[in-house]
Amino acid sequence: MSEFSRAEVCAIAVADAFKDDGEIFASPMGTMPMLGVRLAKLTSNPDLVISDGESLFLGGTPPLFAKADVVEGWIPFRRVFDVVAYGKRHVMMGATQVDRHGNQNISAIGDFAQPKRQLLGSRGAPGNTVNNRTSYWVPKHNSRVFVEQVDIVSGVGPKRAKEAGPGASKYNDIHRIVSNLGVFDVRGPDDTVRLLSVHPGVSVEEVVENTGFALAIDGDVPVTREPTETELMLIRNVLDPRSLRDREVPPVALRQDQEPKA
Amino acid sequence: MSKPREKVMTIDEVVAQLSDGMTIGIGGWGPRRKPMALVRAILRSDLTDLTIVSWGGADVGLLARAGRIKKLVYAFVSLDSIPLEPNFQKARQEKSIPEVVELDEGMFQTGLYAAAQRLPFLPMRAGLGSDVLVNNPWIRTVTSPYADSDGAFEELTAVPALKLDVALVHLNRADAHGNATYLGPDPYFDDLFVQAADRAFVTCEQIVDTAGLTVDTPVQRLLISRMAVSGVVETPNGAHFTTCTPDYERDEKFQKVYAAAASGSDEDWAAFADRFLSGDEAAYQAAVAAFHAEEAAQ
Repeated sequence: MSEFSRAEVCAIAVADAFKDDGEIFASPMGTMPMLGVRLAKLTSNPDLVISDGESLFLGGTPPLFAKADVVEGWIPFRRVFDVVAYGKRHVMMGATQVDRHGNQNISAIGDFAQPKRQLLGSRGAPGNTVNNRTSYWVPKHNSRVFVEQVDIVSGVGPKRAKEAGPGASKYNDIHRIVSNLGVFDVRGPDDTVRLLSVHPGVSVEEVVENTGFALAIDGDVPVTREPTETELMLIRNVLDPRSLRDREVPPVALRQDQEPKA
Repeated sequence: MSKPREKVMTIDEVVAQLSDGMTIGIGGWGPRRKPMALVRAILRSDLTDLTIVSWGGADVGLLARAGRIKKLVYAFVSLDSIPLEPNFQKARQEKSIPEVVELDEGMFQTGLYAAAQRLPFLPMRAGLGSDVLVNNPWIRTVTSPYADSDGAFEELTAVPALKLDVALVHLNRADAHGNATYLGPDPYFDDLFVQAADRAFVTCEQIVDTAGLTVDTPVQRLLISRMAVSGVVETPNGAHFTTCTPDYERDEKFQKVYAAAASGSDEDWAAFADRFLSGDEAAYQAAVAAFHAEEAAQ
């Protein structure tokens, strides 16, 4: 039995978020989403269209941050907006805050008029969330990130989208939230965040304690599946030989035969 | 043979055409191909009360730190390898920019399209349900006059035109008449900025003959037509410290020094400004060269 790390579990959880997407543009923001997307392309969903994060669609599946590859298309920023509106896209963004109803904030913390902490700005989150499938990646799951209500709504959750009418809700599709502790969707009662699985070695209690709102939990929560030998080989030897993944999620080594805490 | 008029000028002549209170669009994207020589020229001028429209990088940071911005229209401000722009953060947290309009980045493009097409607005989904519409209650929605397949009349964001008095953009090559090409991977939105503005000024790495624009470059890279351009300036390294691929990449070392000074004390910033921003463009470029010579010697 080989050992695997928490970061490697996160990578396969991200990959699984893209496995049923078919032939669409997978847009990962940041290291772990990029690792997961490329892993999905090498395993569960070879039809995914991926980019270099700048302006090129890549024909192959290069390691993280490798520059050279076969080019299969041109995707400058303006054409990203075209694909957003076209809808054949699944973006996984970060989230400085995400709330009970799956709204996301990357704009600012505190009052918008004079924030305590100015962040990036809303970027493309408002448009992404009412046009194409959107997921979020949270490397440090805690109650400052998972809050009852975000300070500023950048990414729109399903409840707010419905309240804004069919123009907003028609294509709203918040698919997964993957954190270093577990996997979630927004299909709890009244469109709330629901715990789908806890990562190996993580208890439901630990997730609940680190979440600043009441999570929807349906019965017994399964454990996120373990990486296969093939996936571990691809992550370690092909996609991320420099272990950039461990900088986002520090190693919590687990043996595959180790029982997770109940 | 008759030729179109020539529009070559200096950066100071461009700035002399700007005035207090103007709405100025700045091309490029975040820390990429920004008309920084013109931004620095604005910093040397007395121009103030500006409305700045930008997918922002250090252009916004520098103008904010200098207190020149009355109103900022943006979707993000970032240095990319340094995600949060410290001068912008400081300005927002101290509320030193009196008015801010934070848009979704696609709304921003749609707003430029509307202005370029002389329309009051264009509809899109972005904004609906988000706080972009809460924090900008003057941005209205519009109901589609056509039923969708469910018989519903969709309510959409009526993205207002982002009409500009002036657009400032930096490209790799231009001719003396204002035709300009980008040689890097992405046109960004410079053609839209130019067409959304009453007057547009193009700075470039090199001014070449018109024929030279397509000698070694596909015609599809001719992004900007002279009919939208009022002035052309050759400013080598004029996008520094942002990217101007393939002429040069971002000056990451310099950007780190900029960001450290911007997030440091007032004295730290004063020292940076004194070293790099106190002279003209030639002095700036000389100070940057001296900085790199020092770095290399260490």
